[in-house]
Order: sequence, then structure tokens, then C-alpha cells
Amino acid sequence: MSTDKPELKRKHSLAHILRENSAVQGIALISPTAIYMLIFIVLPMILVAVLSFMSRGTYGNVVYEFNFQNYVRLVDPLYFRILLYSLGVGLATMVFTIMIGYPLAYFIARSPARKRSFYLFLILLPFWTNFIIRIYAWIMILRTQGLLNTVLLDLGLIQDPLEILYTPTAVLIGMVYEFLPFMVLPLYTSLEKIENAQMEAAADLGARPWKVFLRVTLPLSVPGMIAGSILVFIPAMGMFVVPDLMGGAKTVLVGNVIRNQFLTSRDWPFGAAASMLLMILTLAFTLYYTRKAGFGEELLV
Amino acid sequence: MSEKKPALWLRIFSFLVYLYFYLPILILIVFSFNTQKLNVRWEGFTLKWYEVLFNDSNVMLATRNTLIIAFISTLVATVIGTMAALALQRYRFPGYTLIESILYIPVIIPEVVMGISLLAFFALIKFQLGLVTITISHIAFNIPFVTLVVRARLHGFDKSIEEASMDLGANELTTFWRVTLPTIMPGVLSGAMLAFTLSLDDYVITYFSAGPGATTLPLRVFSMVRFAVTPEVNALSTLWVLTVLVILLISQVVQKRQT
Repeated sequence: MSTDKPELKRKHSLAHILRENSAVQGIALISPTAIYMLIFIVLPMILVAVLSFMSRGTYGNVVYEFNFQNYVRLVDPLYFRILLYSLGVGLATMVFTIMIGYPLAYFIARSPARKRSFYLFLILLPFWTNFIIRIYAWIMILRTQGLLNTVLLDLGLIQDPLEILYTPTAVLIGMVYEFLPFMVLPLYTSLEKIENAQMEAAADLGARPWKVFLRVTLPLSVPGMIAGSILVFIPAMGMFVVPDLMGGAKTVLVGNVIRNQFLTSRDWPFGAAASMLLMILTLAFTLYYTRKAGFGEELLV
Repeated sequence: MSEKKPALWLRIFSFLVYLYFYLPILILIVFSFNTQKLNVRWEGFTLKWYEVLFNDSNVMLATRNTLIIAFISTLVATVIGTMAALALQRYRFPGYTLIESILYIPVIIPEVVMGISLLAFFALIKFQLGLVTITISHIAFNIPFVTLVVRARLHGFDKSIEEASMDLGANELTTFWRVTLPTIMPGVLSGAMLAFTLSLDDYVITYFSAGPGATTLPLRVFSMVRFAVTPEVNALSTLWVLTVLVILLISQVVQKRQT
């Protein structure tokens, strides 16, 4: 190899490095995203973690003194009750979405292949409309002078209007409606993968249909159910819009607590601690199940 | 699974679930044409709520803001998200796993947490809340979704067509513009579509990064429905549903053309 000057110059020019070194190319392509995410995702998260160990000043400002007060306050009966209540609402949403979503996912998975994508599309379509608008539709239906009561009263089925809106029941109805697709899609993904042969084999060996379901189909669909549960349970706990619009003042979830601390009570450190709790629950839940069940595909539909 | 027809009860059950999905939206649309303000009984056909809507300057301003934010955030997130997808799918570099995991943060953490973290961050650096902060936040949650969608498309990419292009004398840049990009375009477009609709739809993160002055359509609708039921919202919802349907149709046609 000759070592004359132009050759050397070309080897060290930026363009040359960019062309020949694949790691450099990769870094060049990833850096806008990496820098953006670092500034607007990672730094804010670190800030929340730091804030959660600070305390609130008299005027809603942040006093930078390290302490654990906020975390101690989280287990104070008032907030602990809210946490338990949120877990309950999240769990109830999860159970109802499984009860409604499982048969639907099963139906789609057992339909002729050419119809399946259409059925899935039909599930997604209403969810391309705005989320607030969908809640508003339910408010119209459920309120005291709403559609449901009007119809029931006109039919003579009830004498007095039902008080559903602004109760925990209304919150649950709204939550189940919002989160159902997130349960159906992963359930479908895992149900669709079950080979016909596996079910036929069980049937050939003399298993009754319900036994085939219990011993073959159900266990094989567990990864889908877990993925769906993660996608439903975690956002449900952090949800504050549905309780705000449909629950009145009676239903307060962790999400509402966080929102209030940041916008009305202006106790940012405490709100940050509640956020940390929600994040830790999220991470623990997600990591535990993704490791244990060994799936990933279901989560990414 | 098997090709035989699902059991009757299963078909009836599924039909009822679909009804449950669609009935609220259909009711919403029907009552946007109702003359009665209280919305409970059908009284007669009218278009007056649409007139009210178009004369509502707050709604019009919110619509304009929403569209501007959606366009800018989609554009930025699609360009740099696609670059990231290419980097992650084709190259190995230091920090690979770290960046890959950071990209999952906005996908898995609760929206409210991301919202308050951005609020706290903007407050700390004394950045005035408004349309700019909303757009910045939307770009942040859109990038990971674009990257996920484009990566899925790149996954099945046949590298030999790029090699063929290079063998025929095209340089990297030409190959990228003439071969790689057209091939992954359907993925890029569906990533952009997803980003656009996520941005249009977002309430929670927008709420925290909006500040007192700026408003978007979801924020506006929220304050309209908070205390009262008004057919103006029904009219707005109907137009929204129609717009989304048109966008979906266009994207279907474009995707068909691409393949």
C-alpha cells in the first residue's frame, strides 16, 4: 500500500469515516433520537425521581432537602386507601375486559382466515375517534336524563331514573369500554397461534370440548392474557380522565392524586413520589411477567 | 385454528360486543342532527349544531392548533424515528441496548407520569408552556411508535436488492433514495399515520404541557363536556369520526398502491 499524501487524507476525511465505519453510521443515524429522548424522556424522569425525595415549601415551591417524607405519606391511611382502591378498579377492569374480550378473541381466532383481519379492524375503528368523545358518548347514555333512563322509563321497566353517572359503576363502564381492545388484541394473537392439530389431538384422545378448552386452549392462551392484563391494568391505575368525567368527586385513583398534586395542591414532591410508586409498580409488573412468561410479541400488537 | 364456523352462542356474543363498541358512537352521530337540546328524544332533523360549531371561535382555534401540532410532531418524529429504526435494525454500536430500552419508556409508563415529568422539566428550565411545549412532548411520545412500526417493516427487508443496486454502480445515497426508502415506505407511512392519530387524540400529556393559554381540540372538548351535555359536541364528534374515516381510507388506498 502506498502512503502518499492524498490517500492518507482521504482515509481520515469525515466522509470516508462515515462511509466505511458501520458503528459510526449507526451512531449518526441514532443520535437525533438518542439526544431527543435523553433530553425529553430520561432527564424529566430523573427529575421526578429527585423531586420525590424533596419537600414542599410554603408557597408550593420545592425545597431541596433530601428526605423520605413523601414516601411515608403514601402509606398514610388516606392515600393507602386510594392506592388499594386503584388496585381494585384496575383489577376489576382487567377481569371484565377478560370476561368480555376472551370470547370475542376466541370468535375471531376461529373465524375463517380471510375474515379475521376485517373483524380486528372493526374492533380498532371506534378507537380511532377521540378518547374524550367516546367518554362523552357514555355520559350521554348514562346520565340521569340520559338515553338509557329515557328508554327504560318509556318502556315502563323502571319508575325512577337510575343514578349511574358519577358513581364507581360508571367509572368501570367507561374503563372497560376504553381498555377492551387492549385485551382482545393480545388474546387474539396467542389464540390464533394455537394449532388446530393440538386441539384435534386432544379431541381424538377422547377429551370433551370443554375439556379441550380447559386443558389445551386456555393454558396456551395465558401469555396473551398476561400481556393484555399489563396493557389494561397499568394504564387503568394511572387513568384520571374517566374518573374525572364519569366518577364525579367520589372516585379518586392514583392518577387523580398525581394530577391534583401537580396542578391544584401544588405539592410536586409528593406528586412525584406517587408517580414513582406507579412507575415502580409498572416496571415490576412488566418485567416479572415478560421474564416469566417469555413472550414479547403479544405486548407489541 | 380451525376453519369451521364458531358456535352460535359465540357468534351472538361477539355480535353484542360489536354492538357495544359501535352503539355509543352511532348514538352520538344521530343526536348531532337532533333539534332538541337535551339530547334524549328524537325531535326532528336540523343542521343548526353544525352552524353553532363553525361559529365557535374557540373550537376553530383549537382545531387549528391541533392540526399544526399533529403535522409538525408527525413530520419530526417520522424522520428521526425512521433513522433510529434503520440504525437499530442494521447497525451495532455502543449503547445499543440502552437506547433500545429508553425507546420503550413512553410505550410502557402511564401517560400521567410522562405528563407530569415533562411539566416538571419545562418548569425547571423555565420554558414557557404553550404550543411549542405541546409539540415537543408529542414528538417525544411519537418517536418510539414510529420506530417500532418501521423496524417491523425493516425486519423482512431483503438486503440483496440494495447490494444489487450497489453492484450496478449506485452509491449509498442513491441506493437509499431509490431502493431502500421506496421499499420501507409503507412502514414509514403507517408509522406516520399512527403518530398523527396519537397526536390528534392525546389528552393527558397535552393537558400537562399546555399551560393556561394554549388549547387543542381534546382539551377544548374536555372543558365543554365537563359540566354540560351539548349537541355542539355531537356535531364536532361526527365530523371527527368522518375525518378519521377519510384518513384511514386514503392510507388504505396509498398502501395498496405501494404494494
